[in-house]
Amino acid sequence: MKKFYPLITLAVLLVLPLLGFSTYVMHIFILLLMWATIGMSWNLLSGYCGQVSFGHAAFFGIGAYTAGILYSKAGASPWLGLPLSVLVVGVFAFIIGLIVLRLRGPFFALATLASGEVFRVSAENMEWLTNGTLGIMLQKRLWVSKEPYYYIILVIAVATFLLMKYLIGSKLGYFFVAIREDQDAADSLGINTTLYKTIALVVSGMITGVAGAFYMNYMGYIDPHIVFALHDVSIITIMIVMVGGVATQWGPFVGAVIMVMLQEAVRSIGSLGALHQAIFGLLLIFIIIFLPNGIVGDFGKIKRFFGLGRVRA
Amino acid sequence: MSLLQVKDVSKFFGGLAAVSGVSFDVNENEILGIIGPNGAGKTTLFNVINGFYKPSKGDIIMNGKSIAGRKPHEICKAGMARTFQIVRPLRRLSVFDNVLASAFLRAKNKADAEKIATEVLKFTDLYEDRETLSKGLPLGKRKRLEIARALATRPKLLLLDESFAGLNPAELDKSIEIIRNIKKSGITVMIIEHHMKVIMSISDRIVVLTYGQKIAEGTPDEIRHNQQVIEAYLGEA
Repeated sequence: MKKFYPLITLAVLLVLPLLGFSTYVMHIFILLLMWATIGMSWNLLSGYCGQVSFGHAAFFGIGAYTAGILYSKAGASPWLGLPLSVLVVGVFAFIIGLIVLRLRGPFFALATLASGEVFRVSAENMEWLTNGTLGIMLQKRLWVSKEPYYYIILVIAVATFLLMKYLIGSKLGYFFVAIREDQDAADSLGINTTLYKTIALVVSGMITGVAGAFYMNYMGYIDPHIVFALHDVSIITIMIVMVGGVATQWGPFVGAVIMVMLQEAVRSIGSLGALHQAIFGLLLIFIIIFLPNGIVGDFGKIKRFFGLGRVRA
Repeated sequence: MSLLQVKDVSKFFGGLAAVSGVSFDVNENEILGIIGPNGAGKTTLFNVINGFYKPSKGDIIMNGKSIAGRKPHEICKAGMARTFQIVRPLRRLSVFDNVLASAFLRAKNKADAEKIATEVLKFTDLYEDRETLSKGLPLGKRKRLEIARALATRPKLLLLDESFAGLNPAELDKSIEIIRNIKKSGITVMIIEHHMKVIMSISDRIVVLTYGQKIAEGTPDEIRHNQQVIEAYLGEA
């Protein structure tokens, strides 16, 4: 039964748009799939390979700006930004990796955080290229209805899921986990840790970059504060995976569902204002204390709590 | 023919000479014991040989090629594997996956790696525990897992850092048997050990370090009767 879960999920996702949901609900589904994709990519680098990134906004933003600049400066279709962002973000991720992958643990996390901020400030000031804080706006989005966007992001999400499944089951996956558990031991066992950490970072960055390029196409407007945002991109990405389940296949999906819903719910209560940041913070503390492996990772624990799971003899 | 030559190797940390001017050869298919009082520089010597530290002076030659200053993973690919004094299993992985991760070094594909891992686990008598998470293993088995992981990289030379420390008598016998079998399978072993009875019985030759310097080298019998060694351990009369 369990091995059919992915197929069932896919079938449900395929027919969702045919059920006649409102455009608002479709918008939520699109965001959900986009965040799940970004979550999966973060999970590869930080969950499996253990290099906790606080700077995925850098890759998201570079991807978005690749599509945006392609449109505003070269007059090309921003959709070309999807394949191009793979290349551009790949190059940037490699260069960022040369610097930040020399660091370990909290120092790595801080360096990635800083790299995200560096790109935000750069995008604000390189007005000749990025239009600065004015941002880039598409004159006309390709489609008015949500369905085409939904299917495009669904393809990206499914492709990412399959890629992750393949990578984690392969030699690379074992090397990533070995590096996470003990980098020195991994090194002495013949694993070129610098090489494999770079691979994890570049692949992770590329996928987030594609999601960024999609965001440009879908939303039709970007500025540095939106796509290079520390709390709205980098931190949310971390929360999605932490809540869903670090180093699990389904964690990013579950996390994306919860976080996107929560974000929308909180936003609809106007009187809450900036308090929603505090709610996310409390949620994160709760998860770290009670469900350190996230909802997927600690599912057995949750079932036991509600008295549902069978007690193992 | 010697498999590994350590030539006048020194390692300084600031002004402290943790290892100074040490030279010896490791012959093919022997068990070479390294002994010495606490702080003699045994583990530092291992870290230099295995590539964690770059030697401050001197050269290390394996199979006729210098490996001094190369990265640990390159040295491992060249055929040297090691274990750690303080065991460092990949904690959240099962015993099997621990060994599998290092078996990939020589394997062509996953099936091949699984074959190597199974073989090594049977060899080290851990096959029954293959599903256990490695952080849940008792110390004796964790020490053996270290050896299994190193063996899965198919080394020519195996460096064992206190693989016997803290074992009970039954585990001790098991580990001695495994190390004798490793030698039989054609792998050269270098071993740091405090357990005198063990090291005297399994080593072909022994090198003695004190304060970072080599003070003696020879067969267990020669070492047992060496005046300098006795002084180093018992103090001067």
